[in-house]
Amino acid sequence: MHRSTLMSRLFARIDSRGRIFLGLLAAGIVLMPILNLVVPPGSPLHVPTWLVSLMGKYLCYAILAIALDLVWGYCGILSLGHGAFFALGGYAMGMYLMRQIGTRGVYGHPVLPDFMVFLNWKELPWFWYGFDMFPFALAMVVLVPGLLAFAFGWLAFRSRVTGVYLSIITQAMTYALLLAFFRNDMGFGGNNGLTDFKDLLGFSIQSNGMRVTLLVVTMLALALTYLVARFIVTSKAGKVLLAVRDAESRTRFLGFRVEHYKLFVFTISAMMAGLAGALYVPQVGIINPSEFQPGNSIEVVIWVAVGGRGTLVGAAVGAILVNLAKTLFTTGALAPYWLFALGALFLLTTLFLPKGVIGTLEEWRNRKREKAALAANTVPAE
Amino acid sequence: MAIRSLLHCLAVLGLLGLMLAQAPAARANTLSQATALFAADNFSDTGKAIDLLSASDLPAAGDVLEALGDRRLFVTQDKALVYRNKAGAGFDALTGKPADIPASLSAVRINNRLRGTIETALGRLTLQSPDANKRRAAALAVLKSRSPESEAALQAAVRAEKDGSIREIQQRALAAITATAPNRPDIDRLAAIEVLRDSGDRDSLTPLSLIPDTAGEGVKEAAKRAVAEINNRLALWAGAQNAWYGVSLGSVLLLAAIGLAITFGVMGVINMAHGEMVMIGAYVTFIIQEVIRTKAPGLFDYSLLMAIPAAFVVAGIIGIAIERLVIRHLYGRPLETLLATWGISLILQQAVRTIFGPTNREVGAPGFMSGSFNLGLMEITYGRLWIVGFALLVFFAVLALLRFTPMGLQMRAVTQNRRMAASMGIRTGKVDALTFGLGSGIAGLAGVALSQIDNVSPNLGQSYIIDSFMVVVFGGVGNLWGTLVAALSLGVANKFLEPFAGAVLGKIALLVFIILFIQKRPRGLFALKGRAIES
Amino acid sequence: MSAKVTDYLLYLDGVCVAFDGFKAINSLNLTIRPGEMRAIIGPNGAGKTTMMDIITGKTKPDVGDVLFDGSVDLTELDEAAIANLGIGRKFQKPTVFDMHTVEDNLRLALKMDRRVRRTLFWKTSSGEEEKLTKILATIRLTDLRETLAGGLSHGQKQWLEIGMLLAQDPKLLLVDEPVAGMTDAETEATAELLKEIAKDHSVIVVEHDMAFVRALDCRVTVLHEGSVLAEGALDSVSADQRVIEVYLGR
Repeated sequence: MHRSTLMSRLFARIDSRGRIFLGLLAAGIVLMPILNLVVPPGSPLHVPTWLVSLMGKYLCYAILAIALDLVWGYCGILSLGHGAFFALGGYAMGMYLMRQIGTRGVYGHPVLPDFMVFLNWKELPWFWYGFDMFPFALAMVVLVPGLLAFAFGWLAFRSRVTGVYLSIITQAMTYALLLAFFRNDMGFGGNNGLTDFKDLLGFSIQSNGMRVTLLVVTMLALALTYLVARFIVTSKAGKVLLAVRDAESRTRFLGFRVEHYKLFVFTISAMMAGLAGALYVPQVGIINPSEFQPGNSIEVVIWVAVGGRGTLVGAAVGAILVNLAKTLFTTGALAPYWLFALGALFLLTTLFLPKGVIGTLEEWRNRKREKAALAANTVPAE
Repeated sequence: MAIRSLLHCLAVLGLLGLMLAQAPAARANTLSQATALFAADNFSDTGKAIDLLSASDLPAAGDVLEALGDRRLFVTQDKALVYRNKAGAGFDALTGKPADIPASLSAVRINNRLRGTIETALGRLTLQSPDANKRRAAALAVLKSRSPESEAALQAAVRAEKDGSIREIQQRALAAITATAPNRPDIDRLAAIEVLRDSGDRDSLTPLSLIPDTAGEGVKEAAKRAVAEINNRLALWAGAQNAWYGVSLGSVLLLAAIGLAITFGVMGVINMAHGEMVMIGAYVTFIIQEVIRTKAPGLFDYSLLMAIPAAFVVAGIIGIAIERLVIRHLYGRPLETLLATWGISLILQQAVRTIFGPTNREVGAPGFMSGSFNLGLMEITYGRLWIVGFALLVFFAVLALLRFTPMGLQMRAVTQNRRMAASMGIRTGKVDALTFGLGSGIAGLAGVALSQIDNVSPNLGQSYIIDSFMVVVFGGVGNLWGTLVAALSLGVANKFLEPFAGAVLGKIALLVFIILFIQKRPRGLFALKGRAIES
Repeated sequence: MSAKVTDYLLYLDGVCVAFDGFKAINSLNLTIRPGEMRAIIGPNGAGKTTMMDIITGKTKPDVGDVLFDGSVDLTELDEAAIANLGIGRKFQKPTVFDMHTVEDNLRLALKMDRRVRRTLFWKTSSGEEEKLTKILATIRLTDLRETLAGGLSHGQKQWLEIGMLLAQDPKLLLVDEPVAGMTDAETEATAELLKEIAKDHSVIVVEHDMAFVRALDCRVTVLHEGSVLAEGALDSVSADQRVIEVYLGR
């Protein structure tokens, strides 16, 4: 009873934009397996597997973008550490996939991953225990980023580190993790990271079926992420978050524990980012420390900014648009110019499109509607 | 007066001439005696010949003895002494001219006892060599070998030595012999231990640990104390050396951070392209060196001197352009500024990569910056010393600029209360642009210095941006002194952590420390307090 | 909670606070009885806003006691805890949540459980609606309840903020310059509103506008250089020689 009311209340809170978004995802969930697996390769409707993986990758980024939008767009926390949460989730999944390799590794060791054999390690480090079990790994995917975010946020928000200061220290955190994961001694494969995965839950990771399944799971995860985020931002807590974003100290004087709200949303968001990373790794087949590059985290911000901060769907759209552009650029003759384009994107978005694509569209629509309403109001009066 | 000195000179010259004229004859005599002894080719005569040579001042004596030791010394049919050098070319020992050595000749034989004699003789010969470096090396060799056979020669050398630093080594070597040789009176050993202790470097530790058992308890005790004392001193110097490395790293951080302390600390603008300003400064240095290499190689030593104003101006102008075109529109929106400047940094990086290629560019060090010197037991390279000096110079120049010039006054006025400053007739827009230009220009200066110690590549700036922000935030925003203290203390802390944790882990530890520190003091080490800051 | 030390609702004793050596508050003593309305006046830099900061937990005093409700030590609590105790504050510069509607601004201020998990699953009750309607009427913003607060005029923002204070239903209201930038009519109405509120709340009003203070018709405290210079009815205070000196300059 309680649950059903909650669900109905949740769906009541989804705006038209969100319905279109969820509708597209639902269509994708139904169509993609058919178009890839059932429709024969010769048909123009066939979706090749490489495209399936590419879409899966983009949608992982979309989840990450929604996670960032939740904290940045709605609570004003510009985290430059979401790339790190994403990577941590990815590593947790990568560790599971490494354990699945078993004796099929180059060195054929039943327990130790290849890189540990190579480093002459004799036993599995304690923090690798349990990752052979999928549920455990899945829990770690969200718990590790969540716990880091919780600890970090607990310190930072309690001492009221805000604005750019917070951005800078999240960046420092990311950088420290980058350095740490580069070290062989950390036990995460150092420079090379984790790769050469064989299968996931017993199915080959390379097979078409697995690829499509991963895409479908990613779409489901994206929908779920969106719903959770939407639920939060439309709740009364979401209004408090917006209040914190716009007038933090005023919110405090109203009696809200701003740090609790920030901590809550930051932790949830980090867990979403971890989930995105976990879905990303099996689809691209590798996770290495470069995912921790501070630049990556900043790039996530521009996806959100391009799509429109504080719109959730916009963040997802932005992630897909920017990455589509990146793929088009970097696979063609224009490759050397990608960074120019990306840099220009940063500049132009902040200078001329501060509300992003979706935000600007919405503004136009609102203005039109207002004009129409005004016209409707004034005409009878005359 | 002048005439008298002239006469003196003439007299000295005359004497020298006589000596030079006489010497060859005496030398020839010694050599022929030695040759005769070598020719006999039995061990006892060869030993005598070695003694003879080692007592002589024959220039070739060293080469001859060395050749003998390596079995490269021969006596020809017509009783001439010849040897091959290490490469195998033959020489006449008397004339030093090339000589043919028939393959059939067999070398003068030696045994192990003679080998020892040769080594001692060589040591003795080089101990008084006219070449200071050779003398120093020889004295150090004795200090290492501590062979009592060298004692007499060493004593003679001490008496003749004019160079204080070499004499010190020789005396130490003597002390090492006295301390370790069997059957020396305790009183001598104690004096020797004192000499070794006072010298206080690593080489003195070995003789002190090798005091023979026959020595008195007091001597052993004194040696133990001396070892402890030297170890203490070494640890102290090692600490000092580490501190110097730390200061040197700190000065690099300082250079990279000063510009940021102005743009971020004073203006409150987050410039993520700051690192690229540093990178541009380094590339300006590279261009200037290239031009000098092709046009005026003689001026190479001045290349950095020319690069300093050039880098300042180029980076400064780019900075002003960025401020006018982009940042101006984003005041009051720090997060957007962060993103926009990050975009600029990507564009600048890629632009440099397109123009100069992605690989490292070579920037040379001018003569005055290469080499090193010793301070006590520390080694200080000139390059690093210059960078430390340069960093401090830039720091104090900026400090003075902000404090004593009208421009500095306007900058402070604008940053403290923009509206008030504007209403007092200060053109705030111009001041903003100039302040940002100054910060960028200083980043360019940092690039000149960093081109000397880091790879000049498009990624140069990236590696400094996070560190620079850490320095500024740690030191306290808006406080240049804080930046100085933060840069130096982070540099030193980094170097002292390295031996325990390794370079990477040390750096991680520092990052974590700063993150925690900001929680405790969100406004840095030297935060300004008060109501105005709160809003 | 410890036993009541005093009967006063708010009790400040020997409070000092210094910024970089400058004494903003200098052994300040101030007591407010339950249900009392008090006007605080004083020249610029007298420490009025800093005093508010101390009471609401934004600034911690260097020394001195700040007691609320006779027993609660406010110096040990943060802003949120103090607000939840029942101290509401209106800022000098009207600060409302520009991106929220008038209605949502008030909803956020309404007395409720302010913990995350409560607000996350919050369901509006009919009591809440009723209260809201009443407050909207009181502050004359009923027609604008769906408007974004950012679009309100200055005076309307001031009223909205007062409305938010009402929604909070605190025991003590701190009101900082409520009529700055208001027209005479608005000022008068505001005075009436505050007097209405003061019937069942304790109120401290900081104001420059003497006509307004007179209209409030309450006890007046004059602050100067961080401590109390004079206290009493407005007429007796404004006759005080020292007060005249401070206002006119020496």
